[in-house]
Amino acid sequence: MADGSTGAVGVLGSGRPVAARPGGMQRFARRRSTIGFLLALPLILLIGGLVVYPAIYAVWLSLLNKQMTKFVGLANFRYLMQRDTFHLVIFQSCLFAITAVFFKALIGLILAHLMHNISGRSQRIWRGLLLVPWVIPEALSTLTWWWMFDPSYSSFNWILNQFGIASVPWLGVGWIARFCTILVNVWYGTPFFMIMYLAALKSVPDQLYEAASIDGASAWQKLRFVTLPMMRNIISITVLFSLIVTFGDFDIVRILTNGGPLDMTHVFATYAFQVGIQSGDIPLGAAVSLFMVPILAVGAFFILRGVTRRTQEMGA
Amino acid sequence: MSATTAGNLAARKRGNSQKSQRRWALWGSYAALTVFVIGFLTPPYYTLMTSLKTSAEIGAEKGNPWIAHHPTLANFWWLITYPNFQRYYLNSVIVTILVVAVSMVISVLAAFSLARMGFKGSKTLGTGVFLTYLIPQSLLFIPLFQIIGWLGLINSFWCLVIIYPTLAVPFCTWIMIGYFGSIPKELDEAALIDGAGYLQMLWQIFIPVAMPGIIAATIFAFTVSWGNFIYPLAYLYTSSQEVLTVGIVSDLIRGDVFEWGKIMAANLLASAPPIIIYAFLMDYYVAGLTAGATKG
Amino acid sequence: MAEVSCRKIFKVYDGGVQAVKGIDLEIADQEFVVLVGPSGCGKSTTLRMIAGLEEISDGEIWIGGDVVNDIPPRDRDIAMVFQNYALYPHMSVFDNMAFGLKLRKFPKDEIKRRVDEAARILDIHVLLERKPKALSGGQRQRVAMGRAIVRNPKVFLFDEPLSNLDAKLRVQMRTEIKKVHQTVRTTTVYVTHDQVEAMTLADRVVVMNQGLIEQVGPPQELYHNPATRFVAGFIGSPAMNFLPVRMEDVGGRPAVRINATTSLAVPDQRVARYAPFQGREMLLGVRPEHMFDYRDANQKPGFARIDAAVDVVEPMGMETLVHFFIDGTPVCARCEPSTAAAPGELLPLTVDLNNMHLMDPASGRVV
Repeated sequence: MADGSTGAVGVLGSGRPVAARPGGMQRFARRRSTIGFLLALPLILLIGGLVVYPAIYAVWLSLLNKQMTKFVGLANFRYLMQRDTFHLVIFQSCLFAITAVFFKALIGLILAHLMHNISGRSQRIWRGLLLVPWVIPEALSTLTWWWMFDPSYSSFNWILNQFGIASVPWLGVGWIARFCTILVNVWYGTPFFMIMYLAALKSVPDQLYEAASIDGASAWQKLRFVTLPMMRNIISITVLFSLIVTFGDFDIVRILTNGGPLDMTHVFATYAFQVGIQSGDIPLGAAVSLFMVPILAVGAFFILRGVTRRTQEMGA
Repeated sequence: MSATTAGNLAARKRGNSQKSQRRWALWGSYAALTVFVIGFLTPPYYTLMTSLKTSAEIGAEKGNPWIAHHPTLANFWWLITYPNFQRYYLNSVIVTILVVAVSMVISVLAAFSLARMGFKGSKTLGTGVFLTYLIPQSLLFIPLFQIIGWLGLINSFWCLVIIYPTLAVPFCTWIMIGYFGSIPKELDEAALIDGAGYLQMLWQIFIPVAMPGIIAATIFAFTVSWGNFIYPLAYLYTSSQEVLTVGIVSDLIRGDVFEWGKIMAANLLASAPPIIIYAFLMDYYVAGLTAGATKG
Repeated sequence: MAEVSCRKIFKVYDGGVQAVKGIDLEIADQEFVVLVGPSGCGKSTTLRMIAGLEEISDGEIWIGGDVVNDIPPRDRDIAMVFQNYALYPHMSVFDNMAFGLKLRKFPKDEIKRRVDEAARILDIHVLLERKPKALSGGQRQRVAMGRAIVRNPKVFLFDEPLSNLDAKLRVQMRTEIKKVHQTVRTTTVYVTHDQVEAMTLADRVVVMNQGLIEQVGPPQELYHNPATRFVAGFIGSPAMNFLPVRMEDVGGRPAVRINATTSLAVPDQRVARYAPFQGREMLLGVRPEHMFDYRDANQKPGFARIDAAVDVVEPMGMETLVHFFIDGTPVCARCEPSTAAAPGELLPLTVDLNNMHLMDPASGRVV
C-alpha cells in the first residue's frame, strides 16, 4: 500500500473486471421499490378488497330490484326521489350535520381560547376533563342521553319541574327530538375541535402577538387579524372533516330516536339501515347510502386541497 | 426628580392594571371552563349515579334522580357474574386485540413504504389512503353485508376482525406516514451504511424513533374497534357472538322492560378500558391527532 | 485502508439535471482529500455516489481495487459522518457506535473493545451511557466520528460535518478531525463549502464547480497557482480582486493597462509568459494581501503604484482592509493596521505584480 503522500495511485489492472456493469445499483434501486410495493401490499389488498370493491359493488346493488334478481337501472333512485320521507332524510341529514358542526366549531374555538389562557400544568387536567365525552364510545354515551331523555323518568324534566316548568317530551316531538340529536352530537364532538384548535393556537408564534401589541392591536383585533388568519386552514380542514363524519353519523339517531317520531329525525345512515338491513331491501338501502357520495366528494375535494396547500405552506 | 417619580408611578399603575386585567381574564377563563366541565361531565355522572341504584329506586320515581339515595354495587355484581355479559366483554377484547394487531402491522409496513421506499404509484396510493379515511362506515355497510354473507361470516364476530381494519388502517397509516416522514433521511442512510436491511431499519430505527406515533395509532385502532356500533348491529344477532356496544342494548332491554341500573353499570364497565387508556396515554394521542393537522 | 478512484463518473437526476458531469479522481491510500465548491457544484453528490447512496449514472468508482458501482452501501466497507450527525436518537452513545458492528455480528467483547478504543481516541468515555439528546453539538459530532472509527472501514466519508456548529467549535473540531486522521490514517473524503476548512484539513483539495473539477492539488499549490479564474476567486479570503485590463506593448515589454491613466509594466520574469497576449483584453487577478499602502512598503522590483479613492475602511486588528473602486470595479487591499487611509481620501497603493495572475476572460483559464 502506498503511504499517504501525494499523487494518484494507479489501481487500473487490479481488481475485478468491468463485467457486471449495467444494473447493480439499478437492481438495488429496483429491489428497493419492489420491497416498498410488497410492504404496501397488505394495505392495497385491504383497501381494494374491503373499500373499493364494496363501493363499486354498492353501485351495482343499487341498480337491482328488491329480490336482487333483475336490473332496474335508476329505478331505486327515482323511487327515493319521489318519497316525502326521503326528502325529509336529505333535509335532516344536512340540518343535523351543518348545525352540529357549526356549534362544535364555535364552542370548540371558545374552549380552546379559554384553555389557552390558563397555564400548562392545570391545563392538562382541564383538558382531560373536557375530553371525557369524546373518550367514551359514542354508542355507550348515547345510551345515557337516551336515559336522561326518557319520557317518564327524564332527569332533565325533574330539574325543570323543580322550577315549576312542565315536563318536555324530549324525544317525542319532531323538532325537539331533532334538537336532542344535535345536542348529543355537539356534546360528543366538541372536544375534538377543542384539541385541534388548541394545537393550532399553540403553533402561532408569540412574536406575532408581541408585534401586534406594539402595533397597538386590542385583544379583539389580535384575534381577528392574527389568530384567526393563522388558524384559518386548520379551522377549515377540521370543519370539513367533521362535516363528513357528522354527515355519516349513525349511532346517535339510531339509539335516541331510531328515526322517529314520524321519521322526523332519520338521517342517511339510519334510513339506509332501516331500509336495507331491517326491511331487507338491500338495493334500496345501497341507493340511500350512495346519495351521500356527491356531498362527501365535495367535502373530500376541499379537504384534500386544504391539506396539500397547508403542506406546501409549511414546506415553504 | 419628581417628574421621573410621577412617570414611574404612572408606569407602575399601568403595569398593575395590566396585571389585574390578566388576572381577571384568568379567573374568567376558569369560571367559564368550570361551567363547560359541569355540562360535559353531566352524562357520565348520571351514568354513575344510575348504576348505583336498584330497579326499585329507579321505578319509585321519588326525590332527586341525580343522587343515588341508597347506593349499591348490586348491578355491577350481577353483571360480572352474568355469563352473557362476560361473553360480550371477552368478544370485545378478542376482536379489539386482533384488530389492533392486524391494523398496526398493515399500517406500519405501508407507512414505511409510502414515507420512505416509494414505488410507482405510491403517491397516488398515499392520497387514496387519505380519501379512504374520509369514507364513512355508513356508506359501505350494505355491500359489506353481502360480502360478509358470501364469506359465511354473518353472525360471527370474525367478520368484525376483517372489517374493522378498514376503519383503522387509513388513519393509522396517515399518522405513521407523518411520523416516519419527520425522521431525517440521513438516519436511514446512516443505517444503510451501518449495514441494516430495510426491515432491520424499520424495526430497529423507525419504530423505536416513532414510538409516540405508534402509540397514537394504536390508541386510534383500539378506539375504533372497541366503540363501533353499526357493524355488530348489522351483522351479529346471537349473544354468543355479540360485542359490548350492541350486546348491552339487546340483552338488557327486553321489550318494554328497561333495566336502567344494569344498563348504566354495563355502560360504565364497557367505557372503562378506553377511559383508562386515555388517562395514561392522552398526550400521545392528542399529539398524534394534531400533528396530522398542524404539520400538514 | 484503500484507494478510491472515480473514473469519468456522471450523475443525471430523473428530471434530467446533470449534477456531476464526468469526474476523474484518484485518491491514494491514507490520503485526506477535501471536495470543496459552492452549493450545487456536485461535491455532495460525488460523495454520496462513493457511499452508494446515489446511483452512478455513468462511469466507475473503485474502492480498494474493486468496482463498487453495483455494491450496496453496507458492503462497500465505508463509514460516513453526516452534517446533522444522524445519531439514532433512541440509542445510547455506546449503542450508536456499536450498531454497525452488531449488525455485522461481531462478538460482544470485540464490540466493547472497539467502542472503548474509539471513545479513548475521541475522549468521550464519560458519555457512553447518554442519549444523543443529552449531548452538545460538539459531543454529537464526536460520537458521529466514533461511529465511523469503530467500523475500521476502508474509507471515511464526511459530508459537511462542521456546518451545524458555531464558529468557535468549528475551529476546534477541525483540529480534532485532523488529529483523528493522523492517528487512524484511514483514507478520507471530506466535503465542505468552506475553503478555510478545505485548506487546513486537506492533503489535496479538489475544487469543484458546476459538476466538474476545476483543479486538484495541495492547498498551497491552489493558493499560489490557481488554474482557473473560479479557483482563484474561491480560494482565499477576502477573495482575489479581478480587474479587466488590456495588454499593451510599452517599449517592447508587456504591460497591463488598467484605465486611461494607469498602465503597469509586468515584472521581468513574466515577460516571456505574457508576451503572446499583446493587445488582448484580459483579466488581472491580485489578492488583497498583494496590495498595500504605498507609504508602508519598501519598494521592490515588480511593485507598481495605483492611486485610488478609499470607500470603506475595516480595521480587523492585525490588519486593516481598505475597500475602493477602480473604474467601477470593487477592489480590496490589506494594509498595515497603522494605515492612514480614511474614507473619501486618495490612497496611494502598491500592487505586487510578482504575485499577479492573468486570465483569459473567455476560457477563464489562468495563463
